[in-house]
Amino acid sequence: MRQTQFAVIAVLVMALGAGACGKKKPPVARPMPPPSASGTTTTAPPPAPPTPVPDTTPIPPEPRITDDPLVSGDLDIINKISPFQPVFFPLDSFEVDGTAQQALSTNAALLKKYPSWVITIEGHCDERGTAEYNLALGEKRALAAKTYLVSLGIPADRLRTVSYGKEFPFDPGHDEGAWSKNRRAHFVVTSK
Amino acid sequence: MKRPLFALVAFACIGGLTVLAQQQPPAGSPPASAPQPPQQQTSVRTRLFDETNGTPPKIAIAPFIAVSSDAETTAAARTIADVLYDDLGYEREFYMIGKDAIATVPKLTSFDDVAMQPWKEIGADGLIVGSIGKAPSGVIVRLKLIQVRTGQMLLGKEYSGSIGNPRQYAHTAADEIHLQQVGLRGIARTKIAFATDRDGERKGARDLKEIYFMDYDGANARRVTTSTNSNIAPSWSPDGQSLTYSAWRATGQFGTFQDVIVSWIYKGLREYPAKGSPDKQSYLPAYSPDGTKIAFTLSVGGNQEIYVMNTDGSGMRRLTNHPDIDTSPTWSPSGTQIAWVSGRSGNPNVYVMNADGTGTRKLTNESWADRPTWSREPFNEIAFAARTGPGFDIKIYRFSDGQSTKITDGIGSNESPAFSANGRHIAFVSTRNGKEQIYTIDRDGTHLRQITREGRNTFPNWSQ
Repeated sequence: MRQTQFAVIAVLVMALGAGACGKKKPPVARPMPPPSASGTTTTAPPPAPPTPVPDTTPIPPEPRITDDPLVSGDLDIINKISPFQPVFFPLDSFEVDGTAQQALSTNAALLKKYPSWVITIEGHCDERGTAEYNLALGEKRALAAKTYLVSLGIPADRLRTVSYGKEFPFDPGHDEGAWSKNRRAHFVVTSK
Repeated sequence: MKRPLFALVAFACIGGLTVLAQQQPPAGSPPASAPQPPQQQTSVRTRLFDETNGTPPKIAIAPFIAVSSDAETTAAARTIADVLYDDLGYEREFYMIGKDAIATVPKLTSFDDVAMQPWKEIGADGLIVGSIGKAPSGVIVRLKLIQVRTGQMLLGKEYSGSIGNPRQYAHTAADEIHLQQVGLRGIARTKIAFATDRDGERKGARDLKEIYFMDYDGANARRVTTSTNSNIAPSWSPDGQSLTYSAWRATGQFGTFQDVIVSWIYKGLREYPAKGSPDKQSYLPAYSPDGTKIAFTLSVGGNQEIYVMNTDGSGMRRLTNHPDIDTSPTWSPSGTQIAWVSGRSGNPNVYVMNADGTGTRKLTNESWADRPTWSREPFNEIAFAARTGPGFDIKIYRFSDGQSTKITDGIGSNESPAFSANGRHIAFVSTRNGKEQIYTIDRDGTHLRQITREGRNTFPNWSQ
């Protein structure tokens, strides 16, 4: 269903673009912006100002149409964009430190902006712990992130938790650079 | 499409001899023609040890005679002799005479008429002679153990069944020879269950694991689960007929849960005695030694505790009660105690309690210890993984003096130990050659051998 809606919107946007070209006007409809690092949308650079042509009344550009893929996209698209910031943890720890709190505050704002979203917080661990105990440690990490989000006013029933231990490392490397990326709470939108 | 399970292997078991239908039969293949029960030709109590003053008797295995000369029978004859050589060498009770020396002896042409003199000359105390021939129902495998000095037959066996998995004849014979000659519970017919991503199945960027099992030596790997999520941490029922394991289950808006599943591997039946839910996760199950109960980790609202339930999920009971992590339960061989791992002291360490939750006691004092596994008498030891540097090593805890001995060497990370049924060997996971692979090692730290090579292989569990 959602994919169909998205396809319809995409076709409409493309049709708008084709029409504009036919009239030899400056292109107006822009392709969907690529996902930005911060996860927020619609911050494509403004169009270059038209070269001034003397003796001609400049035609004002048509209003830009932007599409928030976090609204129109299906869950696969949203999670590909991955709008939430990961929360990283120290070794053997599920403590939410200052950096983690900042990331969680950003995530809380996003959850307030999209109030229908239900998310799953995945707890992950690095390979320096054992496979079995890491299942529990990852759960504690996911839970710590959830608890902090709840303290920021996010309803607990929008926040699911699961642990993957060290089953799914984000960085397959075997150094601190990789391990620090793998000790994380990772956020996935599971319902919108 | 979504068959409940695998129907991978059809087994026929009669009289303790298990014969595989084929090595990799297609799903739904018919069972093997029922094998005849093994006939015990003789029962002799003579032991080779009686004449060697306790030193390992020297055993020679003559090349098995292929009674029919077709390629399949010839290959099976070679396989049985080779596997029997490995199986008997594995327990280190016998000195196995090398194949070079055996090659100097004229080839046997008769199972019944064997001259002892050439075997005396290469120093053999015992000689194993075997043959394999086609029969209407499959094959007949005969073998005997002869005392070379006297020419007396100490043990004779005749097996019949399928030719599909000749290794099974060797495993059966090895277990019977160990039992008769040494009084040892052999493990040649035991299986190791594990989790592997060898099929390359993925969900997004994630490699999914499925439950497999294999012979103790790594041969005959067979797949148990087919799911779109990862499956880990298998544990054998004592009768080897079912596995319990944990698996993730994605439900969309309700989240993703870990369930404890019981799978009757030869029936293709599966049950969920402990399903996860939005505030419950169930994982790391362990079958009790009598097969009636499962100990596992149940996390309610993110607090992990050790629980025990009947295998159908009834009678669930909490054994621990602590806000810190409690996980990785394992049973004592008698079923009266449970060892597990708790973070209550600040670091994960191995604890032990009575099976009713009383009598809690801390066993280890490591910076990180996990996955206890408990061997039966005469050893009664607990092996576990301990952090010994950047990685982990396998250690063995002795109740006699409360001390632990490291049995791996610090190469790579070594974790998830699982004792063999006779307590002499440990299967574990190591990254010493790169990706996680399963190895076996003897409890004294010798005889390391790698038994998986394809994909990543983790969470070994050794059948009884």
